[in-house]
Amino acid sequence: MLAYIGRRISILIVILFGSSFILYNLAAISGDPLEGLRGSTDPKVKVEINALIHQLQLNVPPPARYFIWLKHLLTGNLGLTRSGNPVSTELSQAIPITIRLIFMATLIAVILGIGLGIVSALRQYSRFDYAMTFVSFLLYSLPIFWVAVLLKQYLAISFNNFLGTATIAPAWIAGLSIVSGFFWAAVISGDRKRVFTIFGISGAATAIVLTLLSLTKWFSHPGLGPIMIAAMGIGIAYAVTFLSTGLANKAARNASLAVVALGVVLYFPTQYLFNKYPGALTVFLLACLTVGLAVGCGYYFAKEDRRPVIRTSVITSLVMGIIILIDKLMKTWVPYVNTDAVNNRPIPTIGESNSLLAPGHFWFTFLDILLHVFLPTIALTLISFATYVRYSRGTLLEVMNQDYIRTARAKGLTERTVIMRHAFRNTLIPLTTIVVVDFAGIIGGAIITERVFGWRGMGTLFNNAITNFDLTLLMGVFFVTSSLAVLANLAADLLYSYLDPRIRVVSK
Amino acid sequence: MSIFTRFKRKSVDNDASQVDIFNKETEGLSQGQIVLRRFLRHRGAIISLGVLSTILVFVFSALDFKIGFLKYHGWWKYNYTEQPDLRTQGCPQYLSGCPTLSINPFSKSFGLGDHPFGQDDIGRDYFALVMRGAQRSILVMFIIGIVGGVIGTVIGAISGFYRGKVDAILMRFTDFIITIPSIIIGSVIGFHFGNLGATFLAFYLGLFAWTGLSRLVRGEFLSLREREFVDAARVAGASDRRIIFKHILPNAVGVIIVSVTLIMSGAILLETGLSYLGFGVVSPDVSLGLLISQYQDSFTTRPWLFWYPGIFIIIIALCVNFIGDGLRDAFDPRQRRRISRKERAQAKAVSLAKQGEN
Repeated sequence: MLAYIGRRISILIVILFGSSFILYNLAAISGDPLEGLRGSTDPKVKVEINALIHQLQLNVPPPARYFIWLKHLLTGNLGLTRSGNPVSTELSQAIPITIRLIFMATLIAVILGIGLGIVSALRQYSRFDYAMTFVSFLLYSLPIFWVAVLLKQYLAISFNNFLGTATIAPAWIAGLSIVSGFFWAAVISGDRKRVFTIFGISGAATAIVLTLLSLTKWFSHPGLGPIMIAAMGIGIAYAVTFLSTGLANKAARNASLAVVALGVVLYFPTQYLFNKYPGALTVFLLACLTVGLAVGCGYYFAKEDRRPVIRTSVITSLVMGIIILIDKLMKTWVPYVNTDAVNNRPIPTIGESNSLLAPGHFWFTFLDILLHVFLPTIALTLISFATYVRYSRGTLLEVMNQDYIRTARAKGLTERTVIMRHAFRNTLIPLTTIVVVDFAGIIGGAIITERVFGWRGMGTLFNNAITNFDLTLLMGVFFVTSSLAVLANLAADLLYSYLDPRIRVVSK
Repeated sequence: MSIFTRFKRKSVDNDASQVDIFNKETEGLSQGQIVLRRFLRHRGAIISLGVLSTILVFVFSALDFKIGFLKYHGWWKYNYTEQPDLRTQGCPQYLSGCPTLSINPFSKSFGLGDHPFGQDDIGRDYFALVMRGAQRSILVMFIIGIVGGVIGTVIGAISGFYRGKVDAILMRFTDFIITIPSIIIGSVIGFHFGNLGATFLAFYLGLFAWTGLSRLVRGEFLSLREREFVDAARVAGASDRRIIFKHILPNAVGVIIVSVTLIMSGAILLETGLSYLGFGVVSPDVSLGLLISQYQDSFTTRPWLFWYPGIFIIIIALCVNFIGDGLRDAFDPRQRRRISRKERAQAKAVSLAKQGEN
């Protein structure tokens, strides 16, 4: 195994060397940094040109200059930009911003994409399947800069205007209810009578919820409170148990319900902790505590076969924890929106954080970052989730034709077990590798997104590097993105062989 | 009761009647005919093919162009460089150059009007601009597809057929280029070659668009070259060139066609993205991405400047994607289509009748 990794890493180094050599020379020969100065009539231009030639070592031919850069790189020095800042500091400021931009988007795209892809595969050749195929192709074909402008207008600006009244027009309620009715009817499906029932129930439920939200002006004063959290928690406990072990497993159901009960009981102490010790550390420690409690619950309720029960309760507890966190953020909403820096227009269209906002208030900063991530995340999610829908649908269909699925059915397992345990898990194997590779690749793709939303991340650095003819900066950006991409490939291969025992890593 | 409940018809998916139906359908047909039939049955792909060809004819016949000394007069009255007067009458207040297109058949102004897509801020006819932009984008798409397709096929074929050192060198080279994200390589090229015109830009971009294809072709060649028919050809004394072009390549053509369409659908988004960033087609020439980037700020006041180019990008990319999907299904031997109830009933009747005869 170690020999294999060693061999792979040495190949990777060769690849990085080769591709950086190609890019360096390509960038060097494709333009002239002196072009601006050559046309100048300034008498001092000669001196300036000479200074620039000296600074950028233009008298050395590009292939040789590449090795000078490489020598510096090997000693850990990424060089200086043309304006004199170290490339490494510029990169270290930009990387966290870009990661923040793409992390949430990838996460949401993966969860939504896999979920919808699997439903669409289970309903192969249904109307839902055709609709999903069309939607994913449509999203595939959208240019992100175009979507981004639409989102800015219709999501951010219109939503900010909407918050002024916070009442939803009846036409919107009707429309959204019908859409939700269609969606759930298509997802659950069945015979005609059941489809109509589901359509009616989900449509009516949506209409009632939206009307209530509109009447209470919930959107301008959002919040959940312990009662709502309890109600949602019970629903989540049942849903998670259903997907994870099946409702027949009493121990798992009871354990998740107990976790929800604990969550509701601990709601008030948690609020106290949130207010008394605001900070990322508190949130992290509470998350650890939540998982610990969930493991304890699972252990207590299950007398035998503990793993699936503990898994169920841990998933429930995490969802519960996220809801409590969202509740806290909703409570921060009203004071946040009323600050001068925000001035009742909470959804920003540009930038990665609000510079006017006074620093030091943890919850304000947290909410601020989340809101700034909101639009770019939606844009990136829309673009990338189509891939996951198509891919997970295809993989699941392939898996469902395998012999082991027939065996599982022949054993008399329930359809839920067959799909969730035998089919779904095997679908995830190729998907993991795709996700890992995509996450690295998307960094390159975020260049356009950053431009549209005015973020100062890797994309901006790259832009500056190209337009200013800044080779060291360009190579710095490239070095980071390509190393990530190459390492992600290695990680994906290792993960693949770990997840799928049929594929063995052979070290020759 | 749940999301996992499956439709009844799926439980008979793998039974004998289905296999019967498929076998009967392909009886006595050549591979090409089977593929063509499967493709024609893919409704999305056929519709897309129709839409795309219509758009191609529509877009390229709209404006004047010149090939050598042959001059063609487009059917549209304006050119993308002309600057007619800005139209203000009939527009909302403080706005000029609004679109005259009206799709309401009962209104008086029904039809295209003088400037169906409106005018830009200096009065150029936006319909002509969008047509020109679409021409450029489609041209770039095809050139990238062709250049990338040819290079990828050649490199993949050589490296899969000859294996050994040649393969190692070519595939390392492919790895080098694949590691550089296409938007980075595109920007570097586009920033410096964009002013040479869209054709050159597309050509240079195509020089780097072949990597994925060459890997696939190599894989196909590696497996095909071990097959009996290649051995037979070699024993019969065929040269390497003949084996590659006459025996192996026709069998790998499915992979090639499918990935060339994928290259093309990626290419149109790459070109518009690069033009948006300012690293692609540059003014005075026009491209759809460039139009969007120039007028994105006027979205709130004059939204038509933003909508039309975007819609054209989406329609073109969508069509190419659907055609690619149809081709992939058509070339995929494992692909099973949905069997209608009627067909199943017929097959059942036939098999019952056979049983009765016995």
